[in-house]
Amino acid sequence: MQDFRKDFPLLVKEPTAYLDNAATAQRPQCVIDAEMDFYINHNANPLRGFYPLSVEATEIYEAAREKVRKFLNADSEKEIIFTRNTSESLNLVAYSYGLANIKAGDEIVISITEHHSNMLPWRMVAEKVGAVVKYLDCEQDGSFTKEALDAAFSEKTRLVAMAQVSNVLGRVNPVEEVIKRAHAVGAVAVIDGAQSVPHMKVDVKSLDADFFAFSGHKLFGPMGIGVLYGKEEILNKMQPFLCGGEMIDSVHRDSVKYAELPHKFEAGTVNAAGAAGLAAAIDYVERIGYDVMAERELALTKRAMEGIKKIPHIHILGSENPEDHTGIITFTIDDVHPHDVSAVLEADKIDVRAGHHCAQPLLEHLGVRSSTRASLMFYNTEEEVDALIASLASVRRRLGYAD
Amino acid sequence: MQINNFYNEILTEHNVRPEYKREMEDADLVLEGVNPSCGDDIWLKLKLDGDIIADGAFTGDGCAISQASADIMLGLIIGKKKDEALELGKKFLKMIQGTATEEEIDELEEAGALKDISHMPARVKCAVLGWRTLDEMFK
Repeated sequence: MQDFRKDFPLLVKEPTAYLDNAATAQRPQCVIDAEMDFYINHNANPLRGFYPLSVEATEIYEAAREKVRKFLNADSEKEIIFTRNTSESLNLVAYSYGLANIKAGDEIVISITEHHSNMLPWRMVAEKVGAVVKYLDCEQDGSFTKEALDAAFSEKTRLVAMAQVSNVLGRVNPVEEVIKRAHAVGAVAVIDGAQSVPHMKVDVKSLDADFFAFSGHKLFGPMGIGVLYGKEEILNKMQPFLCGGEMIDSVHRDSVKYAELPHKFEAGTVNAAGAAGLAAAIDYVERIGYDVMAERELALTKRAMEGIKKIPHIHILGSENPEDHTGIITFTIDDVHPHDVSAVLEADKIDVRAGHHCAQPLLEHLGVRSSTRASLMFYNTEEEVDALIASLASVRRRLGYAD
Repeated sequence: MQINNFYNEILTEHNVRPEYKREMEDADLVLEGVNPSCGDDIWLKLKLDGDIIADGAFTGDGCAISQASADIMLGLIIGKKKDEALELGKKFLKMIQGTATEEEIDELEEAGALKDISHMPARVKCAVLGWRTLDEMFK
């Protein structure tokens, strides 16, 4: 088996098992190099100057955009907007599309599985315009029934927000079905791809998503660069989110003409080095291949779930089936608070996430106060998974329980 | 510090078999203390006899450190005057900040089992929740 760990400088030297990949992935050397290369060899403000260095910087930035376009199979680079992260992408849609197009009495459907980032912007819109939020409730295993879908959608639905993969359950949500239902009633669908893009090929055209957002840092890219895909015809009709430099064609005392897409939505100096890093991350993923990554992740997930299921008092949230987890295993241990679970794992040099994972309404819906999450990536090892299982088996005893 | 030893017997004992984690219907003072970032939540309840803390109890939900610390605190302050209890709270805080003397830590009796928290910044809030709630109660 190929050793991918040597591609990641942190993994080579870090003594702990990094199992918090759903929070942020590690970066391969090629991404770090690409970001550094921009600053060392091409640094100038892109899109501004006419001198060669600025033109180079612009070329690198726009080449990254083209890379993302191809990666998502979007029709045009006008549909690819660089943001800071998924949250900013979703807020852009909420402020520029939501506030302008959703009216009092309209309905917004939000999947209960959402990260706060794909929930709070829509609740903000609903509150400001007087629209109604309708939650699309999942079953205990994270699936959605036809009845739940029927109950959530109506002729008044104007927007639906759903993640392609839940950051707590790891389950792939039925986004195609949700997008079809949205379009059938004239609503737009906003898909949060933060947890899906690192693990599976996404084709925004075949999905027919109206908006699709993801973060660079979960895809082995730098922090501070994210993407919003939007259909050109919708983006064209939207007003800018932020105003300022680089998003205008002309400004006079009493008038302003905004720039064309996508620059209309990219006010201020952009994160060109971050975009270069993201482009390198996409190259890296395509070089390894999603099929190879997914196979390794599934094997590790299976091993982890089988081991954990043998330990008494541990309950995995979501599906019984490792294939429905996208490497994410969230669990509770009877009578032990997740922060104590995390502290014990920390002592055994294992990094996991403890708390509500920015999805408190989902945990409430599932009847869980808080939980611990281990999230696996293709570069994790069987040894790390075995260490996780062994450590988890010792948690209750180390907290003073007899079994 | 080896965190392995952090969940020592005193701490786990107070977490698994707390002495004062129970309802108290006729408390004179009741106050909720919350750590919003981690979800620790306690309701502290005291019965007063003039200036003296005659009895106490707590209910709540949270990590072992927050729950054990509250239980240990009640064991220390019941029977003491309000001012003595608040003075112990100050010493506890000093211990958590790593500035208490050996003598002061001795005065804290079982609460001294939490002194290694000073090496775990993320858990300080858990350890002081009970004491912070007590302090607010008397303000």
